[in-house]
Amino acid sequence: MKFSLGPSMFFWPKNEVTDFYQHAKDSSADIIYLGETVCSKRRELRAKDWLSLAQEVAQDTNKQVVVSTMTLLESPAEIKVLKRLCDNGEFLVEANDLSAVQIMHELKMPFVAGPAINCYNLSTLKFLLKQGMSRWLMPVELSGDWLKIILQQAIDAGIRQKFECEVFSWGYLPLAYSARCFTARSEDKAKDDCEYSCIKYPQGRQMNSREGEQVFVLNGIQTMSGYQYNLINEMPALDEMGVDIARISADSTTAFIQLDNFRAQLLNPLRKELDGVAECNGFWHKIAGMSVA
Amino acid sequence: MELLCPAGNLPALKTAIDNGADAVYIGLKDDTNARHFAGLNFNDGKLAKAADYVHQRSKKLHIAINTFAHAGAEQRWNKAVDNAVAIGTDALIIADLGVLDYAATKYPDVERHVSVQASTTNIEAIKFFKNNFDVSRVVLPRVLSVQQVRQLAKSSPVPLEVFAFGSLCIMAEGRCYLSSYMTGESPNTVGACSPAKYVRWQETDKGLESRLNGVLIDRYQKDENAGYPTLCKGRFEVENNVYHALEEPTSLNTLGLIPELIKMGIVSVKIEGRQRSPAYVEQVTKTWRMALDRYQQQPNNFAVEGAWMNTLANLSEGSQTTLGAYHRKWQ
Repeated sequence: MKFSLGPSMFFWPKNEVTDFYQHAKDSSADIIYLGETVCSKRRELRAKDWLSLAQEVAQDTNKQVVVSTMTLLESPAEIKVLKRLCDNGEFLVEANDLSAVQIMHELKMPFVAGPAINCYNLSTLKFLLKQGMSRWLMPVELSGDWLKIILQQAIDAGIRQKFECEVFSWGYLPLAYSARCFTARSEDKAKDDCEYSCIKYPQGRQMNSREGEQVFVLNGIQTMSGYQYNLINEMPALDEMGVDIARISADSTTAFIQLDNFRAQLLNPLRKELDGVAECNGFWHKIAGMSVA
Repeated sequence: MELLCPAGNLPALKTAIDNGADAVYIGLKDDTNARHFAGLNFNDGKLAKAADYVHQRSKKLHIAINTFAHAGAEQRWNKAVDNAVAIGTDALIIADLGVLDYAATKYPDVERHVSVQASTTNIEAIKFFKNNFDVSRVVLPRVLSVQQVRQLAKSSPVPLEVFAFGSLCIMAEGRCYLSSYMTGESPNTVGACSPAKYVRWQETDKGLESRLNGVLIDRYQKDENAGYPTLCKGRFEVENNVYHALEEPTSLNTLGLIPELIKMGIVSVKIEGRQRSPAYVEQVTKTWRMALDRYQQQPNNFAVEGAWMNTLANLSEGSQTTLGAYHRKWQ
């Protein structure tokens, strides 16, 4: 199994992004995703900056670099940037909206179907393969059993070798996208006057219940899980069902350590007790996402 | 511009048609649609009656098959398409790409509408659905501003439908797992958000508490109106500040946008609320019919009447309404 470093969903100053990917170069990740997936107002790095960062990482390492694209696209200007990224001529692209699937199909280029592409079944998966999908990351709310069925069906249909399967395995889960910016709202501002407030919260803003339970993380227009998803104990199961890649989501805490831990877990599985008030694995086990099975 | 009204059962459907709906949309009695609630929706017998009632009055019937087909169970969704076509539906509302592919291949002559659950918010995504499934309508998610809807309407190769009134989803529909994160069940997989079976109410010393699967969603003082604990409309804490961190209990109401929506060529306005009572459907349909007719009669001096707004506000969550994302300041 390979390990990928997912795109950072947070908004960091340019120099911190650069530093982060310096570390990423030396990390144990086989695949590095980078690019803005949440908000087009975040312009510390513009399309050309992301692409030159991608080039730098690709030149200095033998890791595969993938350019991740936006999830909620609402304006012609956003589509223009998306086209630029899709037509980069060099790197694989992660589509997080069907607009990117459309563009990649027109370009006759392969793409990764990211977590926000609603592929819930084999019929949809087959359809995306026809569009040019080469790698599939299933929606994060789906379970291990759900994935197992689809992968077995793909084997039965003789198409399993046509795509790689990647699973979101560690980090804050991307759960929802809105027109509204919740970080701006938390500072009593409207989105149009947000003053790029996300940059003050490198790990988003915690949104707790009135009993102090960490329910969600506010990250601009995105709502994330309050707990970090952690499939470390499921690594042998993922491996067994033929998952090709485990994704460790980029964040500014322990992503690089997790990459090492997950790899070690595959070689020498040791059960790790998850912290029920900071970690979760419910989605994988088909129970409430925030719980621990 | 078509007035498209919701019906969760036969009495609501009749009420909608009798009060001026041009079309109604319904779902089957299973998890193939995004309002899969106990006691709601249409079995085969009721489905045929619904189609008859609508068609005898020369109105249109749309059937929503708009959840995502479960792994290995595509057959159930495809069967729902077969049933809907068999009773003569005028349109299928679909979100799942596999189900759309099935419908487009097997029933090319039956209209396919892209469900709001498919999160289609831009021109390239619309092209995707047009090119691949020859869809005849796209239902826009409630995340676009009026300006963005206008831009899309100008360039879209497919006619557009928008939400006009009802409960306000504040997330891009089809892209929200908040409910499954808290309960294990989401609109995409089981066709329900914040399902009632996970709701608990409790009187405590601190006030009346509402919980969803154990998580405190809100706590009400004596003088406050308690609402259904839809998880995105509760009060939460962000660094010691307790407030409606995502959204307040409120409903979408776009009566004031009628002239603009018509001018930009929107083909249909959709009323949310298949889970609502026939009495609710009656009031909302009647009010919207009056407003749309008034515009037809007096396009140049159309003004929203206070009485219409009051009627709709009284039917709304938290007795208040908003323009939602249509109004940029809301965002």
